[in-house]
Amino acid sequence: MSVRLGLMALLAEGPSYGARLRSDFEQRTGGTWPLNVGQVYTTLERLVRDGLVAQDEEADAEGRISYRLTDAGVAELATWWTTPVDRTSTPRDELTIKLALAVTAPGVDVHRVVQSQRTSTLRHLRDLTRLKRDALERAEGAGAGPDHADAEHGLAWLLVLENLVFAAEAEVRWLDHVESVLARHAVATARTARLRATDAPAPADLVPAAHEGNLS
Amino acid sequence: MTAPHVVLTDVTRVHGAGETAVTALDGVSLEIHPGELVAVMGPSGSGKSTLLNVAGGLDRPTGGTVTIGGEDLVTLAPRDLAKLRRRRMGFVFQDYNLIPSLTAAENVALPLELDGTRARLARRQARHTLGLMDLMDLSDRYPDQMSGGQQQRVAIARALVGSRRFVLADEPTGALDSHTGEEVLRVLRERCDDGVAGLLVTHEARHAAWADRVVFLRDGRVVDSTGGAERAEDLLAADGAR
Ligand SMILES: Nc1ncnc2c1ncn2[C@@H]1O[C@H](COP(=O)(O)OP(=O)(O)O)[C@@H](O)[C@H]1O
Ligand SMILES: [Mg+2]
Repeated sequence: MSVRLGLMALLAEGPSYGARLRSDFEQRTGGTWPLNVGQVYTTLERLVRDGLVAQDEEADAEGRISYRLTDAGVAELATWWTTPVDRTSTPRDELTIKLALAVTAPGVDVHRVVQSQRTSTLRHLRDLTRLKRDALERAEGAGAGPDHADAEHGLAWLLVLENLVFAAEAEVRWLDHVESVLARHAVATARTARLRATDAPAPADLVPAAHEGNLS
Repeated sequence: MTAPHVVLTDVTRVHGAGETAVTALDGVSLEIHPGELVAVMGPSGSGKSTLLNVAGGLDRPTGGTVTIGGEDLVTLAPRDLAKLRRRRMGFVFQDYNLIPSLTAAENVALPLELDGTRARLARRQARHTLGLMDLMDLSDRYPDQMSGGQQQRVAIARALVGSRRFVLADEPTGALDSHTGEEVLRVLRERCDDGVAGLLVTHEARHAAWADRVVFLRDGRVVDSTGGAERAEDLLAADGAR
């Protein structure tokens, strides 16, 4: 799912072709998800089939076929940015990739992406905590004697739940970290822009407008 | 559903004036029902403590209204506000704040005695509350004879002794290790399940997870809030399938 949407996110920035999409994807996600060319092309094929991406009729002078996002693709991508990653049905890495792309994708409000993910993860953490609480009560109620096996079973279950709690907790902490790094970066960018403006008048587009929009 | 016990409507709190004015809270609205524990999270300086202090009548808002059990804190005279605070709510802080020369039971009885309850009755009520919270064993111990977690649980008992139904806790687990912190949260959760309204400030997600709802503050504004729970069965099916 995330490769598909990752490629769509890149195409939202302008038409591109397979090999370049592959290298952009790897670069932009810090190499967390290496792709092979075959994977890129089969994904693009499916996107074309689903009407989310359109391809040029003819290859360019170097034999490359260019792909671009359709209106339906634009809409689907917009939904992705604003919907928290459903951690129960997709690999966790989707979140890493989504955030890595969101930082540089123009017109995407990274703070909103972080915030809605954190809310969703905290909800998950709360539900896990409810299960944990029930398990704690059962484990304490069971004790020794004939209930001994029950108690051990309860203990194992508690440890499983704790594993999920630790994972969710780590995700929330990472999201907090992302947010504070972005905030520091926004301050630094603004300062550089001010310095440039006073030093020597520079073209306004030296400071990527998309960044400012993202971070405010 | 019952009527909310605590209602904050469009609350604003500006510290200072003129150029140096700091808007610590900016139009915050929040309801807490009896039996509900609400956690507040947010970066440092986002207004969490200010929110807690305003909700507990320790600080007055510059705008908006705060009502506890139907009484409007903002228009209350200082004396009446102090009385309402003593009788209707209790505070729990990071550093427990128990009086070292008093036993656990005496510490818990203290707010009642200060409010004019006779010593014997106050002690009896203190023991009742300690008993409810499974802390009877600690009754005769002095603070330096208790662990941090035990002291904090006694502090919760003190906050809720008598007829007080609103507990406000600012980073109550801040000085505790993760496991002990969780034990404290469990106790707080139990008190809320018994009908107490709770407001908890924490920066630990695993502690906020004991609350019914988490409210996020940034720059004095509520930016998000977690809603209803997933059904446990769905959660299990999904996690098992992963
Ligand atoms: N008494 C005060 N005078 C001036 N500014 C204050 C005062 N109390 C808090 N503030 C400011 O209000 C903002 C919110 O503070 P606070 O509620 O303590 O945040 P938090 O508990 O989330 O760290 C901060 O910018 C803080 O500096
Ligand atoms: Mg604070």
